[in-house]
Amino acid sequence: MKKINELKMTFDSRSVNESFSRVAVVAFATQLDMTVEEMGDIKTVVSEAVTNCIVHAYRNTIGKIYITCTVFEEGVVRVKIRDKGCGIPDIEKAMEPLYTSLGGDRSGLGFSVMESFSDKLLVRSRVGVGTTVTIDKKIKGKLI
Amino acid sequence: MPVIIKTRANVIYAYLKGEIDHHTAPEMRSAIDDAIIMNEAFRVLVLDFSGVTFMDSSGVGLVMGRYRLANSKGKNIRVDNLSERDYRIMKMSGIEKLAPINKITEKKDELTYEKD
Repeated sequence: MKKINELKMTFDSRSVNESFSRVAVVAFATQLDMTVEEMGDIKTVVSEAVTNCIVHAYRNTIGKIYITCTVFEEGVVRVKIRDKGCGIPDIEKAMEPLYTSLGGDRSGLGFSVMESFSDKLLVRSRVGVGTTVTIDKKIKGKLI
Repeated sequence: MPVIIKTRANVIYAYLKGEIDHHTAPEMRSAIDDAIIMNEAFRVLVLDFSGVTFMDSSGVGLVMGRYRLANSKGKNIRVDNLSERDYRIMKMSGIEKLAPINKITEKKDELTYEKD
């Protein structure tokens, strides 16, 4: 695929930034002329991934969240959300629907939602090093 | 306020407003839980999503948590006026097996709603 544009941003793992980060990614990606539906899909996916960084990766601490958003000529938006947090010991388990390592009001649906609203999801993680979530979203709105 | 609470007969209506994510959910949660705790006599808690502009899985957690609290008191909950997307996210949890969830197309006239 051919890259046509790229955004990089780094911000603190504070929950107040959840709204900012999903809006910023969508604002950048709208150059692909997407539908409102597709914008919503990207917002949802980014929100889930960033929440994971805040709630899990940097639990009880504040670290940096790194987002790269790449727009490809073929009408694909790739969002990479990376942290240098605690890492996921068992990715398969973490991705199980309704599984949560935390109690309270966490639904355990983060990865399920990311999977459902994207075209491709890749999770790489090392305990003590960090986690990178890469999401591809094909934009069909452009073709109409 | 991100939640407006109205009580009519045995029903508590919680009208949620704006975006629901991990940042905004706690304030909504405490407003709803206060209403549950202060109104022992209610029969049904209705969570109305017509004013919700965005929701991620934190919205599911909010509903499931309220279901658990209401259920522990022998009360029911219902979720109304979900957008197509929010309905889809909500269904991933299987909450519809525990409480009715309704899409926004099923919206009824507010004044005639739930008179009992």
